[in-house]
Amino acid sequence: MIRNIALTATTALALSAGVALAAGGHAEITDYAFAHEGPFGKFNESQLQRGLQVYTEVCAACHGLKYVPIRSLSDAGGPAMPEDQIRAYATQFTVTDRETGEDRDGVPTDHFPVSGMEGAPDLSLMTKARAGFHGPYGTGISQFFKGIGGAEYTYSILTHYDEEPACAPDGVDGFYYNSAFPNGSVPDSCKDDHGVATIPGSWISMPNPLSDDLVTYADGTPATVSNMAADVTSFLVWAAEPKMMARKEAGFKAVIFLIVLSTLLYLTNKKIWANIKGKKLA
Amino acid sequence: MAGIPHDHYEPKTGGEKWLHKRLPIVGLLYDTLMLPTPKNLNWMWIWGIILTFCLALQIITGIVLVMHYTPHVDMAFASVEHIMRNVNGGHMLRYLHQNGASLFFIAVYLHIFRGLYYGSYKAPREVTWIIGMLIYLAMMATAFMGYVLPWGQMSFWGATVITGLFGAIPGIGEPIQTWLLGGPAVDNATLNRFFSLHYLLPFVIAALVAVHIWAFHTTGNNNPTGVEVRRGSKEEAERDTVPFWPYFVIKDLFALAVILAVFFAIVGFMPNYLGHPDNYLEANPLSTPAHIVPEWYFLPFYAILRAFTGEVWVVIAAEWITFGIVDAKFFGVLAMFGAIAVMALAPWLDTSSVRSGRYRPMFKWWFALLCVDFMVLMWVGAMPAEEPYATISLIASAYWFAYFLVILPLLGVIEKPLPQPATIEEDFNAHYAPPSASAAVQPAE
Repeated sequence: MIRNIALTATTALALSAGVALAAGGHAEITDYAFAHEGPFGKFNESQLQRGLQVYTEVCAACHGLKYVPIRSLSDAGGPAMPEDQIRAYATQFTVTDRETGEDRDGVPTDHFPVSGMEGAPDLSLMTKARAGFHGPYGTGISQFFKGIGGAEYTYSILTHYDEEPACAPDGVDGFYYNSAFPNGSVPDSCKDDHGVATIPGSWISMPNPLSDDLVTYADGTPATVSNMAADVTSFLVWAAEPKMMARKEAGFKAVIFLIVLSTLLYLTNKKIWANIKGKKLA
Repeated sequence: MAGIPHDHYEPKTGGEKWLHKRLPIVGLLYDTLMLPTPKNLNWMWIWGIILTFCLALQIITGIVLVMHYTPHVDMAFASVEHIMRNVNGGHMLRYLHQNGASLFFIAVYLHIFRGLYYGSYKAPREVTWIIGMLIYLAMMATAFMGYVLPWGQMSFWGATVITGLFGAIPGIGEPIQTWLLGGPAVDNATLNRFFSLHYLLPFVIAALVAVHIWAFHTTGNNNPTGVEVRRGSKEEAERDTVPFWPYFVIKDLFALAVILAVFFAIVGFMPNYLGHPDNYLEANPLSTPAHIVPEWYFLPFYAILRAFTGEVWVVIAAEWITFGIVDAKFFGVLAMFGAIAVMALAPWLDTSSVRSGRYRPMFKWWFALLCVDFMVLMWVGAMPAEEPYATISLIASAYWFAYFLVILPLLGVIEKPLPQPATIEEDFNAHYAPPSASAAVQPAE
């Protein structure tokens, strides 16, 4: 319980820099069931590869992934792409060589490029830097069961570009209404007397990046907004935590080992104490 | 060494005698390991071993992490990501170290509250208690500085807020803050000195732990009855105690294995639950997080710090009496450190002649309330500074001080304690049947 108290009342930083009217209101977060969730959850390799495609064709126009080495796309527990495919993939980026100072094609040992657009945050750690779940009543206890919700937050942002609400039919100039985005601006007409937003979410500076059939998946998966959002979110979860599979495996082995060890120690302890104390009296 | 009478190491072979005459190190180890330990210790006496393990875990993982970490504002955050992504096993090392700090504090709080309930702080164990409090302070300093090292948003803003506390000291506050930071604001100089001290302090803690253990090995362990081990003769003492090895070593190792199973489940399956998402954003001096929340283990004292605002009458009175020297900010800082100080003074504030809370019918309830109070403070410490949390934290803070400054001194006078057992043996035999015949024939090694 205590661990979650540390996370209560946290509100993620505003995605869009420069929005003055931080509302910090409530948001609609879809509790999407990702394949990687839970102690036994695993990334789906083809989903990660589809997510990479969405990232490359859509997100990368503005956002970067500066902490992710391109070579890690071939790592087990990740997209696990063949090395020749990664070499070919890397060449699409132009990199300024650190030693010669000249531009050249990317190679797998380079990192993904940084954000190309002012104000577009780097996405390397995005799914770990946001919490989707805070409840109940801001105690964060629900995180025990649902997880912190960084993936759900990202998925919800991508799928919750809704119609402008009735309280602000004209919206906010240059911003887009998103019912999952908690920290953007909210016009006064959508607030009650105490300044609390009457609508979920707020206005975000990123236009809706996804629309049906925006990309063409090679494996025939329908490119719906929901599928693309889930795929790219899954990819970003991997990008933020590339060792998740190794970590869960290590955790699993350690827990099994410690359960066996503690059983043996329990029996040893019982045996040792047998000549000191008998049955516990009521 | 003074203490409970027991067997001592006798060198037998020529080599043993040779070494013993020059350095009685085997004898020291023997006396330490064979320490007569009250045989009625319950499961709340396991935390010392857990804490020792935590210190070792943090030092070992920390030393390896340092091999890959770069203490520079431009590279610290990226070097942590390098550890998480490129260093062999680096992600486990880092998560073990990060969550190890939380295990350390869970254990230390349970250890402290165990001491508060069973009166372990009372004579003759005051020195053990005071050294324990010093260890706790050093732990908090170490943890705080360690949290700054990844150079995330909470690292940076936490450092800004906490060092700002020193700036609240009247007159000399600002120079002290500048001196701590190595400049006018949290920057590269701050990161470097925090890194240096974060590496140094654990070894200071290790030394304090040695003294802590030395102190209670001299006085002997307290125990759930609070009744002292008989020391008239070795035979008498042996009826109240068993040697630490193997009885408590195995018991404590069993407890450690169970706790580590839970710990590894958290590290393996939910390593970031104890952290703050904002710390995965690189520090940005130009962007203040909406809520600056310290790590969970600081929350109770953070709540006390924030509870005393300028609207509280005690604060207004203090400001008036001191001609404005003690303003609300400084009062908060005094309250926060005072909250730990009153706990350290418990040996002299508790007037009861009865050690263990087990035989104190009124104390029990006030103590239970203190435990609840601690959890409430932890909760409001994480909440924004607004109503109703402000009032709740003020009430909870007031109870914290009242417990140590009013309730403990008064209870000793007005409370009628229950009868205590004459000896540990008597209490033990009242709770456990004699060992069965088959078990009894085995010699105790």
